[in-house]
Amino acid sequence: MKFMLNGAVKEVATHPAARLIDVLREECGLTGTKEGCGEGECGACTVLIDGEPVCSCIIPVAQVADAEVTTVEGLNGVHPLQKLFMDEVGAQCGICTPGMIMAALSLGPAPTLDEVRTALAGNLCRCTGYSAIYRAVMKWRGMPVGDTPGSAVVA
Amino acid sequence: MPAVGNSVARKDGIGKATGAAKYADDITFPGMLIGRTIRSTIPRGRIRSIRFDFDTAGFTIVDYRDVPATNAVDLMAQDQPFLVETEVRHMAEPILLLAHEDREKLNAASVEIEYDEEEPLFDPERSTQVFKSIDIVKGNVSAALEKADVIVEGTYRTGHQEHIYIEPNGVIAVPEDGGIAIHGSVQCPFYVIKALRCLLGSAHPNVRVIQTETGGGFGGKEEYPSMIAGHAVMLAIKSGRPVKIIYDRVEDMVATTKRHPAIVRHRTGVTRDGRLVAMDVDVLMDGGAYVTLSPTVLSRGCIHAAGPYRCDDIRIQGRAVFTNTPPNGAFRGFGAPQTEFAVEVHMDRIAEQLGIDPVELRRINALRPGDRTATGQTLRDDCSAHMVLEEAIRRTDFSRKRKEYKGTNRTIGLALFYHGAGFTGAGERNLKSKARLELTPSGVRIATGSTEIGQGTRTMHAQIVTDALGIPYEDVEVAQPDTSKVADSGPTVASRTCMVVGKILEECAHEMKEKLGGLTPAEYYKRSGPFTVERMYEPPDWIQWDDKTYLGDAYATYGWGCDVVELDVDPDTYEVRPIKITAVQEFGRPIHPALARGQIEGGTAQGMGYALLERVVMRNGAMANSTLTNYTIPTTLDMPEMDIVMLENPYPGGPFGAKGLGELPMDGPAPAVVNALRHMGLDVREIPATPELIANCVARA
Repeated sequence: MKFMLNGAVKEVATHPAARLIDVLREECGLTGTKEGCGEGECGACTVLIDGEPVCSCIIPVAQVADAEVTTVEGLNGVHPLQKLFMDEVGAQCGICTPGMIMAALSLGPAPTLDEVRTALAGNLCRCTGYSAIYRAVMKWRGMPVGDTPGSAVVA
Repeated sequence: MPAVGNSVARKDGIGKATGAAKYADDITFPGMLIGRTIRSTIPRGRIRSIRFDFDTAGFTIVDYRDVPATNAVDLMAQDQPFLVETEVRHMAEPILLLAHEDREKLNAASVEIEYDEEEPLFDPERSTQVFKSIDIVKGNVSAALEKADVIVEGTYRTGHQEHIYIEPNGVIAVPEDGGIAIHGSVQCPFYVIKALRCLLGSAHPNVRVIQTETGGGFGGKEEYPSMIAGHAVMLAIKSGRPVKIIYDRVEDMVATTKRHPAIVRHRTGVTRDGRLVAMDVDVLMDGGAYVTLSPTVLSRGCIHAAGPYRCDDIRIQGRAVFTNTPPNGAFRGFGAPQTEFAVEVHMDRIAEQLGIDPVELRRINALRPGDRTATGQTLRDDCSAHMVLEEAIRRTDFSRKRKEYKGTNRTIGLALFYHGAGFTGAGERNLKSKARLELTPSGVRIATGSTEIGQGTRTMHAQIVTDALGIPYEDVEVAQPDTSKVADSGPTVASRTCMVVGKILEECAHEMKEKLGGLTPAEYYKRSGPFTVERMYEPPDWIQWDDKTYLGDAYATYGWGCDVVELDVDPDTYEVRPIKITAVQEFGRPIHPALARGQIEGGTAQGMGYALLERVVMRNGAMANSTLTNYTIPTTLDMPEMDIVMLENPYPGGPFGAKGLGELPMDGPAPAVVNALRHMGLDVREIPATPELIANCVARA
């Protein structure tokens, strides 16, 4: 079967019920998509299918036939969100980061904090408590960081 | 601009955000097999027979008879086998290992094990097998209790907590020239080496452990990776091929360690005007079926059990006991979150009974420099209990809100807490940690076994070396921990990686700077070639500690915190909705403010989960809710706004004044939440405070 993977046609010879995450990681060699739970709860395996964020661990590959799949590798390492996640420490251990970034890509141009929280509600992070992730996303969209949870250093 | 104190670019690079960073499951080796663990399905009994219901051709099968030397995970005791021989002590205990190159065939393989079952013991209060007991005595608590105006008693309970690092445990064992390499998701590569030496003996002397990028640890990858590494190594030896074992989420939750459940009893004597005169504390921790790290978890728990308060007459008795449940182990905070929950909820109950404002009660009793702790340690100027308390009160307008919220569905509560940094007592002296700096053609390389698990080890260590050496930050690189190539800087635990290992690196840098004699590393290298500097940790010379009496300087220094939580409670369903948490914390000085803030935010979130959501349901000795569907950690929608305040009070013995930070934020949220509930009239003494638990508390009252 065929699908579009990160902008190029990809043909795979695999069982149609194979999990998309396994096809991506093992057959296509794209290990940026991570498995955290295998049941669609943690969001670490989030990829875009026709622009919509989806957990690739609960999708049989047959479901993406002729669709367009974008993984974190499809951002070519140059997406501003990627640098912001590192600079703002939205990534600590980094295992949820690719999925978190893919989920954030579905946000509109001027999201409110509540919209960011809702968009990322299916992506678990155990390191950050999410605040730094909000800071990265809001800065990417040019939204004021002031209405994200604040922080201060008092000498 | 100095590197220390500024949020410089992280040494992680961009790989974590691009997907290029390689975690254990992202790595493959030619000819690699996949390993699977066959586990016990009973909590206690003896194996009668094992039957393979599949064609074993093409499989590598390992049982205890394949253990090369000693069938024991070498940690504090050698009681836990890598593979059960006959006696099963808990559910999900490893019995057999299978490996195959085809995952589907591997997972389809069926093994039937018959047992002679025995009556399991699940209740720690009925356990008579004590792994460790501790008795801390200061003054004479019985006499002091008799003189008290009021005595307040209470029992407080905390449940298991599962780490939920988003990357489950996993390692790969790879036969290599003359030895075996283990690549894995580990916090403490040298712990794994120690365990493998015991397992393998002299037949396989050349083993090394290489830490792969690690997707979170929180203590959960402190001791258990030794078990998995042993399994993978035995399969690799038998098959002669690389073997990868990656746990799925269910296996990770069912089989690996969790935070110790605890029952803490307080009996406290106070004067009518609110002075603590006697504190009698009893701590019981459920260790599970093997010793693992329970003695030290109990130790830290007991030392923190009287809270950050002064009292002349204290007795703290503690026991960690055996049950037929999977062994509990290290988890951020290491015993202190349990005991500090108890004492802080107890303090609000004392305030309630005396009719004193809880802030005032803390003002009267909180430790100051010069005061003596429960172990008799005289605190120095780096004690900041009052500073964090006053800042939290001021910043949140606590007293006004406390009155204003009374009688509404909104409430507010606080907790004051502290956390000792580094190993307890003589621990750091005994550990003899080392760190190494290597001169390279273009700068220096840090070579330690301290692992980056998300908290910023690489960056923070590089900042310390940069400023101590006076070279550009870009010229400092950090070696990937490989036990054959780096110095054993001790485990990455106990809030010690910055304060202790950072300090050794600072001293290495000073020594290197002297040797460079004014040249840059590149100039020196060109002229005279490479050299390395290796130093060992020297704890402050004033530390006195007696392991027998549990008296003395328990920790070189402490971090201090005050959390204030505001939340709404649904009066019908008792659903709790956190509105805001303010975390005021003093940990010496932040080396990298953005990473430090991340530690506080993340630790606070774990604390909020511990307080409200994270309930481990044990059924017949096993975790029944072992999926992320029914064991819930905070999501974006559960976490409230966080206001993080980092106060500074430098510790002279730390690098650039830094203390340890990683665990401190875990101690405060749970008692702050429960104290907020108390202000609403909800008498909760247990966590997680789920709606069901709160409803039961109301029904009892």
